[in-house]
Amino acid sequence: MTARNFREYLAENRLPTIWCPGCGNGIVLKAIAGAFADLGLDRRKTAAVSGIGCWGWADDYLAVNAFHGTHGRALAFATGIKLANPELTVVVLMGDGDGATIGGNHLIHAARRNVDLTAVVVNNYNYGMTGGQYSGTTPRGSITSTSPLGHVEDPFDLCALTAAAGAPFVARGSVCGGENLRALIRRGLEHRGFSFVEAASVCPTHFGRRNGLRTAVEAFSWLRDHSLSRKRAAGLSEEELHGKQVLGVFADRQSEDYGTRYRKAAEALRGEGESS
Amino acid sequence: MTGLQSVFTSGNEAIAEGAIAAGASFFAGYPITPSSEIAETAARRLPETGGMYVQMEDELSGMAAIVGASVSGARAFTATSGPGFSLMQENLGMAVMGEIPCVVVNVQRSGPSTGMATKPAQGDVMQARWGTHGDHGIITLAPSSVQDCYDFTIRAFSLAGRFRTPVILLADAAVAKLKENVRFRSPAPEERAPRPLPDCPPEAYRPFAVDPEEKAITPLPPFGSDYIFRITGSMHDEAGGQGASPANADRVIRHLAGKIEKNRDVIVRVRRFFLDDADLAVISFGCSARSARAAVREARRQGIPAGLLELTTLWPFPDDDVRDVLSRVRGAVVPELNLGQAAGEVRRLNDFGIPVRGICRVDGTLIPPGDILSALREARS
Ligand code: SF4
Repeated sequence: MTARNFREYLAENRLPTIWCPGCGNGIVLKAIAGAFADLGLDRRKTAAVSGIGCWGWADDYLAVNAFHGTHGRALAFATGIKLANPELTVVVLMGDGDGATIGGNHLIHAARRNVDLTAVVVNNYNYGMTGGQYSGTTPRGSITSTSPLGHVEDPFDLCALTAAAGAPFVARGSVCGGENLRALIRRGLEHRGFSFVEAASVCPTHFGRRNGLRTAVEAFSWLRDHSLSRKRAAGLSEEELHGKQVLGVFADRQSEDYGTRYRKAAEALRGEGESS
Repeated sequence: MTGLQSVFTSGNEAIAEGAIAAGASFFAGYPITPSSEIAETAARRLPETGGMYVQMEDELSGMAAIVGASVSGARAFTATSGPGFSLMQENLGMAVMGEIPCVVVNVQRSGPSTGMATKPAQGDVMQARWGTHGDHGIITLAPSSVQDCYDFTIRAFSLAGRFRTPVILLADAAVAKLKENVRFRSPAPEERAPRPLPDCPPEAYRPFAVDPEEKAITPLPPFGSDYIFRITGSMHDEAGGQGASPANADRVIRHLAGKIEKNRDVIVRVRRFFLDDADLAVISFGCSARSARAAVREARRQGIPAGLLELTTLWPFPDDDVRDVLSRVRGAVVPELNLGQAAGEVRRLNDFGIPVRGICRVDGTLIPPGDILSALREARS
């Protein structure tokens, strides 16, 4: 595979996007197109599977095969897409509401089942499209349109969750570092098996505005100032880490993916496999 | 299995074998009584034939996975029962809107909710028709024998591919658990043929193009071919892009209904027993049609000129056949294991003012032929 220009993977005739000015989604979109370009993926053999929500529209802007499914189920559609055609590179685009709240059960099982997919969850800590309600990743104390008193629940740490569920590759980047995000997504795509990349992002329109960040610039600055690498986080106490985003790679191990394991077992049954 | 073997087996196993004979290579689902033998047979037989079985975390994801597999070109199916069928409705709607062929087997059991998990019922006639939200067409086949389970599964795949739609095989616990001799015939090549590729150049392909007459359905190539395209459950234009304008939305919804309605002649099948000179008609389907057949035979023996119209296609409802029968008899009885879901459709078609009696049973037991016979006798007097 030879590297290409990221623009080849964008449906430029559909641009500009529907996203608000200052939304983090565009940066993640560019990082994905960039990762595709770095790997020189064949557009015919690449599929983007999306869910619902602002980020769920991302597949519309990618010039690859696209499947825009129902809320929370993208990983389940992608499981069928990939298993029925193992030649495809499948990237699954979900938001935190979509992928980790309504789709939480599918997320942990996808991590455990280890189908060869790359899930990119854009985490903006709320439901953007429906008007800024709280999700499974909304930090405690945050104001959203459905937590006017300050959110009383604790959020999921999606990287800890998917790593614990068995995902062989888990990483978190941020829209404040687009190039790093691109590299993490590329590593996810290269990894055989289920890979999970969280993109910590901003929703200035709802989450930012309700939590004292009046502009997109303030939202980005806040995210940058509250992010730190795994290395820097290592020495800090739980209290010091409260409200911070730890960026880096949280799992990177080899584990034979579901399709390979299943096909090997089936070949052995049919007497086609190598004898071990 | 190939050739013309006659096998003594259950409806559930015949469904799984029928699917494999039809070329199915992908099953995803979640176990539920009384359909579980379909999953178990698929798990055992699919790897033997190069296919794949995946047990998902729930019915929502099972349905989603078969939709995904179909987009990648596989003939894909799932099997469930009432409560699981409820969970599948969301992504069944996705298959309707995205025009993605697949087969969903619902071995009905008593309900609502958990009901009586092992008792037969026919309470999902309307769930099959209207379970998902919004207007659309749907195809539903109802087997009444183990042979039907095999044959109708093959036909379900063929209709699904032809009309780019989910097809529901609406079995019931009685037929699915029954064991009978079945002929495992080899399907004709056209019944197993892979989905055709479009004949236009890739850049000209429009996944949601519509034939105004609804006679030709746009082919759906698999992801991974030369055709790069977008499939969506959102309102879409012909290319799969956003298409929420009133005119386009109207066109899409009318197409989803029209492609089924305007092809009734290809889809709708019924069976007629002794109807030619019948004075009284029994109209039924599934396990209740078996009792009805016995009742009609006994009625004839006793000199009562009764006949049976068995609905083997439930949706689209066989309007013309039912109307034809109603126009020629003095009365009709509709036995079914619910409170009158098919009977309501029959009454909708009763422009002839004849008495239509439902025989409705919801106690988890079958309708004995004697009950139908009594109803025929009463209808006569
Ligand atoms: S609502 Fe929030 S997440 Fe959605 S496009 Fe606007 S800024 Fe982005």
